[in-house]
Amino acid sequence: MSSIDFSWLIGGPQGSGVESGANVFSKVCAGLGYQIFGKREFHSNIKGDHSYFTVRVSDKLIHSNVNDVNLMISFDAETIFRHYDEVMSGGGIIYDSDLEKITTDSVRTLDNYFKERLHQELESKNKPFTIEGILEVAKEKGVNLYPVSFKSILASLAEDTENPRLKGMVRMFNVIGVSLSLGLIKMPSDSLLQSIDSIFSKKPQIAEINKQAANYSYNYAASKFTNFSFTLPGIQKQSDTILVQGHQGTSLGKMVSGCRFQSYYPITPASDESVFLESNEILEVHDDRPGSTIVIQTEDEISAIGMMIGSALTGTRSSTSTSGPGFALMAEAIGWSGMNEVPIVLTVYQRSGPSTGLPTRHGQDDLLFAVAGSFGDFPKIVYASGDIEESFYDTGNCFNYSDVYQVPVIHMMDKFLSSSVVTCKRFDPQKITINRGKLLDKIEGEYKRFAFTDDGISPRSRLGLDNGIFWNTGDESDEFGHITEDPQMRIKMMDKRMSKLDLILKQVPENEQIVSYGVYDYTIISWGSTKGPILDALEMLKKEGIDIGFIQIKLLHPFPEEIVKSILKNVKTVIDIEANHSGQLGKIFKQNVTREIDYFILKYSGRGMTSTEIYDSLKKIIENKANKREVLDHGS
Amino acid sequence: MALKLSDYKTTVHNDWCPGCGDFGIVNALQMALAEMGIERDKATIFSGIGCSGKTSHFINTYGIHTLHGRVLTFAQGGKLANPEMTVLAVGGDGDGLGIGAGHFVAAGRRNIDMTYIIFDNGVYGLTKGQASPTLRLGEKTKSLPSPNTNYNVNPIGLAVASGFTFVARAYSYDVRHLKDLIVQAVKHKGLSFLDVLQPCPTYNDLNTRDWYAGEDLAKESLERHSRIYKLEDTHFDPVVHYADEKELDEKLAQALIKSLEWGNKIPTGIFYKNETISPFTTRLTDKIPNYLENPPAKQNISKDGIPTTDISKILDSLKV
Repeated sequence: MSSIDFSWLIGGPQGSGVESGANVFSKVCAGLGYQIFGKREFHSNIKGDHSYFTVRVSDKLIHSNVNDVNLMISFDAETIFRHYDEVMSGGGIIYDSDLEKITTDSVRTLDNYFKERLHQELESKNKPFTIEGILEVAKEKGVNLYPVSFKSILASLAEDTENPRLKGMVRMFNVIGVSLSLGLIKMPSDSLLQSIDSIFSKKPQIAEINKQAANYSYNYAASKFTNFSFTLPGIQKQSDTILVQGHQGTSLGKMVSGCRFQSYYPITPASDESVFLESNEILEVHDDRPGSTIVIQTEDEISAIGMMIGSALTGTRSSTSTSGPGFALMAEAIGWSGMNEVPIVLTVYQRSGPSTGLPTRHGQDDLLFAVAGSFGDFPKIVYASGDIEESFYDTGNCFNYSDVYQVPVIHMMDKFLSSSVVTCKRFDPQKITINRGKLLDKIEGEYKRFAFTDDGISPRSRLGLDNGIFWNTGDESDEFGHITEDPQMRIKMMDKRMSKLDLILKQVPENEQIVSYGVYDYTIISWGSTKGPILDALEMLKKEGIDIGFIQIKLLHPFPEEIVKSILKNVKTVIDIEANHSGQLGKIFKQNVTREIDYFILKYSGRGMTSTEIYDSLKKIIENKANKREVLDHGS
Repeated sequence: MALKLSDYKTTVHNDWCPGCGDFGIVNALQMALAEMGIERDKATIFSGIGCSGKTSHFINTYGIHTLHGRVLTFAQGGKLANPEMTVLAVGGDGDGLGIGAGHFVAAGRRNIDMTYIIFDNGVYGLTKGQASPTLRLGEKTKSLPSPNTNYNVNPIGLAVASGFTFVARAYSYDVRHLKDLIVQAVKHKGLSFLDVLQPCPTYNDLNTRDWYAGEDLAKESLERHSRIYKLEDTHFDPVVHYADEKELDEKLAQALIKSLEWGNKIPTGIFYKNETISPFTTRLTDKIPNYLENPPAKQNISKDGIPTTDISKILDSLKV
């Protein structure tokens, strides 16, 4: 049996249930044993603007989306206008037949830039600017069309169930759409009903109505449309698989790592993590009374970091979660924490900058800011996770680094990760260890918080500990923590703090600093969420007999220059892949490894990379047809 | 062993100008801590930036000298994580009411059980005497190029409006009275605020020690002429007793009106005290019942390096 690789797209106005529709679909597919990679795209808007969700389903491990969509379900016109060309030949579009006459001009949320491009396309094909026109283009390409009048479905359902209220329940369009899709691909229907039950578990009446609609729609599509070539039968289910949302890796990682204080200010795409932590604020603890995480919504990000530091000073593992604009406000206090050797973890879910940028869209724009974004020289760690599963375990490492080296740790995540929904192996909390470094439980005799030691790290007291009195200051200080301007003490203190950077490179295990997926003549360097689409693209190339190497750099500051240098020693061509404009990792690489990047593959449209477009660019590079700077633009 | 006043002093050289009002405040703080017998390692003084920011280095308890404007944020985080600790935050008027005003308002809304003391001298001393938020419109202290063009913030009024549940004013040269107010503020269940008037002998040549003492008024009257008087010597009752709406309105209104009194008569003492508003601790224990017995700073998170948190129920809910 050839492997199954199926991409499904659902779109609609924000607030119309696109996300819950996608959740039902993902749960059903995952429940049948499939691997899922789903990703949500949405506008900075509460209600009405276009949002969509792509779910890729496969029987093998997948890490990304591809360009081609096999089946699209739309219950509004905009989804068809925006995504018709992503559906591949042989694929299908299920659409609301009541929309056929709708013109581009009547869809107010279609912006002029997009409309202009669409009109040019339709004009060139001599089609009217309507849904009908668009669908003709799709049909000519070989796309199967499945018109369904959603209103008639509701009307028949109302009649069948003698419940006239159902007639007007347009809110159920999402469930109808999902069910039509599942009927079309002949997915077993019982799992559909189960997942509706689990999603509406708190509202049994709503669940009942939705199940009726689901059943009806499923049967409608299954009996009426029989020419669709894709089917998804049930397959062998892995017993230890979970379906996780992007923010759950770091939030569950925080719980297990013993983070007991999180302060935050609301910002997309970071707040979901804090809300999840607060929703689970009371924690079960093995052989002990319950623990808890205190989650505080502060007045701004400056307060968030201040509170986190205050809490960390008591010996509590403490963190915050933010995105670019909030991260920028924290810059001054990050330096304070570095100076006073306070362990804190900042989880940064990057989005497109600068300024407000594309507030709900993806970007990896903040690497250089994370590395250099606070005045003065002080040690810190910048660490990046490549996927959601990794982020769970990395969170454990980040807390250990911060405790052991007594430095702020900036854990780089991004919007690509936060709005993904994926299947992965059930997280194993036993694989996280807790190392508090030189944190003291007991102190006797004279205590100096910043005592000079052989390794530059001083035993650490905590506010409220008996006999552990210390002082902190943002001024330069002596060993007690009192202000000093003595030039010799200044030199010694700077050297003490900065020496930690070498220690970190020496002590952090190499496989936590970088991950090598093979080294060949052509080798990619990258960081963060590009990992998924890169791995999938490399898999595609491998099938064609092409081997390309990939080094995922996780520890970005201090930069593991010796390791990277030696790994790439025999590499002929270095390719840097990043979701930003300037190739920020490339700059750090050039500075540290003193070598030029040969090719950049960059994307800054605000949309995540697909494996297809990385594959295409790598192909061009190998065929010597690429520009030094390949810029990707897939996705609407 | 009973602690003496001297136990709360450090040997750190104090570089404040001779005659600075800060001395009275740091002395009163040490006296208050000694009087309450608070163990040195069970108290933390958080401070802001500027001359007043150095306060934490002169007191022999835990001392955290933070960032300009941010002292309340650090202090609240520390108190929330380790609620057993006595927490005092101190800072200048520019620190708390200029750059840190947002935190001042937000702290009032939370009502965390700690004390905030503002050293209120009308100028930014350490940067050579620019106008601070409490300097009055049209006033020109000696290093200002021209008279102040901003209206002043009313610290007492702002505190009352923001939700502080203990709001008082003191004068740094009346150290005993200040000490008494600090003791009451620390004992108050909720967030307490003390606005401490203090001369800056170097840069504020208007609100000087002589001015507060009413030397200029002495000519007009041979009787007591100090501008400073104590509310407790009048019939002013700042306490909200019943928490009915009418009483609450009256107490808020009288505090606000009283806070506007300035010029020849300046009230000190407690303007407003309301223990009927729940402190933040109560709001937390309502949802996390064992928060006080097992606060963040006391929780065991691991055994022999293995995490003890059990997330298996959450993971079960994610199972496909």
